[in-house]
Amino acid sequence: MSAGAMSDGGKKRPLLQVEDLRIEIPNRRGTLIAVDGVSFQIDEGEVLGVVGESGAGKSLTGSAVIGLLEPPCHVAGGQILLEGRRIDSLPYEEMRRIRGREIGMVFQDPLTSLNPLYTIGRQLGETIRTHTDMGESAARRRSIELLQEVGIPAAERRIDQYPHEFSGGMRQRVVIALALAVNPRLVIADEPTTALDVSIQAQIIALLKKLCREHGAAVMLITHDMGVIAETADRVAVMYAGRIAEIGPVAEVIRNARHPYTHGLMGSIPLVGHDVTRLAQIDGAMPRLNAIPQGCAFNPRCTKAFDLCRQERPELVSTGATHAACWLYDEGGRRDGTHG
Amino acid sequence: MAVEQRGMEVKVDAPSAGLWAHTVDGLRRFFDGDIWYSFKRSPVTILSAVITVLFMSAALFAPLVAPHDPFDLAQVDLLDSFLPPIWVEGSDPRFLLGTDDQGRDVLSTLMYGSRISLGVGFASVIFSLFLGVGLGLVSGYVGGTVDAVIMRIADVQLSFPAILIALLIDGVARGVLPRDLHGEIWFYVLVFAIGFSGWVQYARTVRGSTLVEKNKEYVQAARIIGIRPALIMLRHVLPNVMGPVLVIATIHLAIAIITEATLSFLGVGVPLTSPSLGTLVRVGQDFLFSGEWWITVFPGIALAVLVLAVNLLGDWLRDVLNPKLR
Amino acid sequence: MLAFIIRRLLQSILVMLTVGLIAFALFRFVGDPINNMVGQDTSLADRAALRESLGLNDPFLVQYGNYLINAVQGQFGISYQQRRPVADLLVERLPATLELSLVAAVLALLVGVPMGVYTGLRREGFLSKVFLVVSLIGISLPTFLIGILLILVFGVMLQWLPTFGRGEVVDLGGWTTGMLTASGIKALIMPSITLALFQMTLIMRLVRSEMLEVLRTDYIKFARARGLTNRAVNFGHALKNTMVPVITITGLQLGSIIAFAIITESVFQWPGMGLLFIQAINEVDIPVMASYLILIAFFFVTINLIVDLLYYAVDPRLRVDKLVAGGHGS
Repeated sequence: MSAGAMSDGGKKRPLLQVEDLRIEIPNRRGTLIAVDGVSFQIDEGEVLGVVGESGAGKSLTGSAVIGLLEPPCHVAGGQILLEGRRIDSLPYEEMRRIRGREIGMVFQDPLTSLNPLYTIGRQLGETIRTHTDMGESAARRRSIELLQEVGIPAAERRIDQYPHEFSGGMRQRVVIALALAVNPRLVIADEPTTALDVSIQAQIIALLKKLCREHGAAVMLITHDMGVIAETADRVAVMYAGRIAEIGPVAEVIRNARHPYTHGLMGSIPLVGHDVTRLAQIDGAMPRLNAIPQGCAFNPRCTKAFDLCRQERPELVSTGATHAACWLYDEGGRRDGTHG
Repeated sequence: MAVEQRGMEVKVDAPSAGLWAHTVDGLRRFFDGDIWYSFKRSPVTILSAVITVLFMSAALFAPLVAPHDPFDLAQVDLLDSFLPPIWVEGSDPRFLLGTDDQGRDVLSTLMYGSRISLGVGFASVIFSLFLGVGLGLVSGYVGGTVDAVIMRIADVQLSFPAILIALLIDGVARGVLPRDLHGEIWFYVLVFAIGFSGWVQYARTVRGSTLVEKNKEYVQAARIIGIRPALIMLRHVLPNVMGPVLVIATIHLAIAIITEATLSFLGVGVPLTSPSLGTLVRVGQDFLFSGEWWITVFPGIALAVLVLAVNLLGDWLRDVLNPKLR
Repeated sequence: MLAFIIRRLLQSILVMLTVGLIAFALFRFVGDPINNMVGQDTSLADRAALRESLGLNDPFLVQYGNYLINAVQGQFGISYQQRRPVADLLVERLPATLELSLVAAVLALLVGVPMGVYTGLRREGFLSKVFLVVSLIGISLPTFLIGILLILVFGVMLQWLPTFGRGEVVDLGGWTTGMLTASGIKALIMPSITLALFQMTLIMRLVRSEMLEVLRTDYIKFARARGLTNRAVNFGHALKNTMVPVITITGLQLGSIIAFAIITESVFQWPGMGLLFIQAINEVDIPVMASYLILIAFFFVTINLIVDLLYYAVDPRLRVDKLVAGGHGS
């Protein structure tokens, strides 16, 4: 299944294309396949949510896109294209120029993302000056603007402070300012609110979305929080055990999930106004990477699994509004199977 | 494998069956586990282990395996003195590594010397371990003033090198004890001096672990239902600190051997009548300039190889037990 | 800032008082000072008079106090063996030891830190592996063996360098230095390498492990994600963070160089304080032992104090947090 077949919008040019991505982690007892056959694309200015349990491979996919997989993790197959240019096999120095300049990244924990020994201004300044030919004072002016943009009061004064003088929420604002410092085309936000206080999570997400729209940046929003995706994303990719289970427009996936896993995931969101006495839950746990079952990785937990699910791995197929990797929607599978 | 088989047979014995099953189970887990796997995969570690075991056996069985008894005056002949190792001209095939100024076989003095070096080393480590683990437990568990006092002492002591503290203790012992008594109990003096200079590492590790355990809920629960928390904690704390303590002890063994050798080299360690590797180097140093290099070089090499092997084992152990650093 | 300095000063004074107590106890209770000072034929009455005049009959605290006051004024008593004021002996020997230690410290830092940084950054590199093996050997070889090895090769076999003593020294108004004569510098080479090698390997391993630790942190990953150059990430962000703990421990190591000089001085018959101390131990010359201890402690405490201030200058967190985290023993 090629990525091209999945483009729903069609009008916009794809900014990022990930095709058949495979990430391996060699360890001493063999090789773990952490991400396998993942394909998706992000259009300009689009927000793609990537959702899944921890260990589903969503963070690794994000790290692979920006070229920061930590050895021994490595891209073992497939390709990543930014505006049609292949970036997964670039020399280090060329990839470095893309980082920050074309692709920005926001990490999970604002408390540890900033260098404790450098002032905020210095970290902003060095980022700006690495990618532009701005002078010191221009970079400083730009830094102050950025801090104001992300809503840090008294930016002129606070620019000379150290990270420890900021609260968690404020630090994540600084991190966002750093990620957007030179107007990248794509921002990868890896669980940007997980480490934050619940009360400020919404603010940060709103800020991220607003700023990316203003800067014209597309967002790859990695999270395990379906609620955040529902509010923010245009499209969503649901990952399970290193593969994409379902991908499609947010509204469709939420309202009308096709894949049993997505369905279960949606059933676990409490919705205001719905009279549900009990939230649905999926029995069991996601398999470990060294114990992914044959066939569909979800089959042991799936209430609708049949023989084929236990033997062969389903590919992403169109289900109308979304694409799902499930034999229930595969013509060939339905013909062979007895259920469905 | 053989061990497991033996375990199966003994299992029939009713009373000891539980213990045996436990031991066998533990062994099986050990050989299945990461430690054994990583050991098999590291030739350097295997070599170090072999060398260490070799030294230990040579030391332990020195009277049985040494070609000569260098301290038996009947066997030592001054006419044999200053013979070079056998690959050098003018050597005597009876003495593989040559002889020293008194006609003693260098290889044999090496074995007897390792006996002293390893003996003092092990005894010092054990003394240090018990002192450190004990003080660490007390410090972490009792807390308050006791903790503060112990840790301040540790801080002060830690700011001085171990060798200086050992030297000082040894020096004081010389001052306090009459000369002939010191000649008899030098072993204990050395073990105390070297052991006392090394307890801080153990104490800090154990204290940290104790503090963590102390605040866990089961300790609180034990207190509530009236079990002595100290007892239950001991059972939880000790297994937790086994790994780090083992690593510290291994590296400490290397340090203790070096410290003993250094003290002996400086002339304040073991007496000349029972020379350790350090003493042999010291004695041999005088003949360096007259060309009899082997008298000092071989003990030196032996010392370096032994310490290197133990250090490598310690390094490996630390890496295995602390996967974060790999 | 001021509170921090005062606190550290108080701690230092406490350490000095403790060491002073140990030194005093040594002096007072190890052997009888009177027996060590006078000859066999001195009468009991003379001994009692001496005891009284030395204040040895005063209450313990008074004696301790007097001992401290004398020590602060540089009066450490008379050597039992050499019958000369200990202070004179120490002053004579001090330049030799300090010169040796300083050269060794600079050597250890100049070689150890770059090696540590290199092996931290190029973890899998061939040269890194070589450095690591060399460092392990450096840690496993006792200092005196390194010295003997050097003597054997460069002194006995090649006969390039002198094997003992300081060579020709120049007296600069009470401070003798070997740095101004060719023979003095030649004599310094082997002892300073011997003394530096162990510290060098320690510093290298410390810098390496700190570097590895720092390179794993989120802010380094984030710095890379911002597209900063390798140079900026490795030698700016990473190195600066590495230096915080490295400064502390390196400082302590430098202090211990002065103590380790005992061994080196003994191997090379270097006429410094260490050699004096070893002789004192062998001869149970308590006043010399006690004074050496106090002097060494003083060096340590001073170095620690300087290290703390440096630490404070490097880490901005300390400037504001008022040492909330720093106080508890880690």
